[in-house]
Amino acid sequence: MQKEKELIPQLYRTEFRKLVSVLSRSFGLEHIELAEDIVSEAFLTAAETWGIKGIPNNPVAWLYTVAKNTAKDQLKRHNLFEGKITTYLQQDHNTAYETEIDLSTQNIRDSQLQMMFAICHPVIPPEAQIGLSLRILCGFSIDEIADAFLTNKENINKRLFRARQKLKEARIAIEVPPVTEIDKRIETVLTTVYLLFNEGYYSQSHNAILRRDLCLEAMRLNYLLLENPATNTPAVNALMALMCFHSSRFDSRLDEHGEVVLYDDQDSSLWNQELIAKGNYYLNMAARGDTLSTYHLEAGIAYWHTNRSAEKWQHILQLYNKLLQLRYSPIAALNRTYALYKVYGKAAAIAEAEKLKLDNSHLYHCLLGNLYTDEDNQKAIEHYNTAIKLTKSSVDKKAIRKQMIKIGTL
Amino acid sequence: MKDFVLIFRGVNDDPANQLSQQQMQDIMTNWQNWMGGIAAQNKLASRGYRLGDEISTLKPGNVVTDGPYAEIKEMLSGLIVVKADSLAEAKEIAKGCPILQINGSVEVRSVIVMG
Repeated sequence: MQKEKELIPQLYRTEFRKLVSVLSRSFGLEHIELAEDIVSEAFLTAAETWGIKGIPNNPVAWLYTVAKNTAKDQLKRHNLFEGKITTYLQQDHNTAYETEIDLSTQNIRDSQLQMMFAICHPVIPPEAQIGLSLRILCGFSIDEIADAFLTNKENINKRLFRARQKLKEARIAIEVPPVTEIDKRIETVLTTVYLLFNEGYYSQSHNAILRRDLCLEAMRLNYLLLENPATNTPAVNALMALMCFHSSRFDSRLDEHGEVVLYDDQDSSLWNQELIAKGNYYLNMAARGDTLSTYHLEAGIAYWHTNRSAEKWQHILQLYNKLLQLRYSPIAALNRTYALYKVYGKAAAIAEAEKLKLDNSHLYHCLLGNLYTDEDNQKAIEHYNTAIKLTKSSVDKKAIRKQMIKIGTL
Repeated sequence: MKDFVLIFRGVNDDPANQLSQQQMQDIMTNWQNWMGGIAAQNKLASRGYRLGDEISTLKPGNVVTDGPYAEIKEMLSGLIVVKADSLAEAKEIAKGCPILQINGSVEVRSVIVMG
């Protein structure tokens, strides 16, 4: 009894997306909900049957067969069958109509890649893209998505409903875009993968396992792009490198109580050397051609962070200088100022920080608090107090108080 | 916020005044830090252009000289566009330009947007 209770959620995470992608591809994206329902039903049947009869020899094949059969039944029941045949025949489709649903490894891989491009279509708002990606491409349950976004199931259901409506309205096809459009379309896909990764890496959610899963899923999706020669571009490699470098510090950035350990205090012996080596590999692959994407620059920054050498801060500063010239973001502006402090000292960094005027950001006041410490402790305390007022997170408040205690005691 | 163009002019290269490799590198670093600082304030509207050394100047009557406009001792070396509330603020930004430390100049000009 116990065994299938562990196995089913595991299979759900790995097989749900494959089945939904393949079914959606053969039904058309307008029937994506039907595909989701069919696959969910197959899992429900599995839970019932396996609980009584035990786990079959090949659980995956079992699930596939059930999903296939349910799909065939549903096709008939929904009159979809007829509609499909006639359209297929009218269009003189070379696949002709066959009730056989192709669950070969190749078709599963292709379908998932195509599904990625469909979900990450520019007409779908970014927030909806992430929700849909988690649901369809990563097989997350509604509960898990709600947990990751710190919201409730109802909100997530609404968000997903609107996203599916958009897919239908825009009549988006499930396909890999033509070669001439790949570079442009891949940008949206990479943004989603990047946001998904950040959601896990920086999320406020206390569920550490879930957060790590989000990061791993982002890397897996990115890997789908690397597997296909048409989508294996330098920017895709750069993003992979970035994610490898960041995840190499997973074990060192949370302490035994789940609290964030600041970079300077991390135990570098806990950094995962295998992931660092992988990051180096993908960074080299990213250097082909002459594109310099923001992912290249961020991967470069992440590379130097895996390094404890003295000259690294100058490299990091220069990369942030370039990154900001390509694309401004408040976080990059704050991090640049921190790197500037590491190279040129506190006075120079304070002068630059005061120009940023990010007064509503608690991170801005944390940075100023840090820079003013030992330069002007009164000001440091003022900034830390403002930071505490600005953040809602109790973890952040606690971390800031820790910094305040250090003032004057050094 | 309005756009202002910063136009950079450097002193014509005097062979007696050649900079060392290290000096060149320091200038580049300072330049990047200055640009990064503007971008960090979200006030960089355009990275503009650094001008190259393939130059020809055309004058009336089919007169063509290879090189910059001869009467100008300071040679145009590039431009960027910044966002600022006023000319005074744009001037503040320009004050940090590293070209000022090597006898160059920065001209700050408002922009007329063509309809």
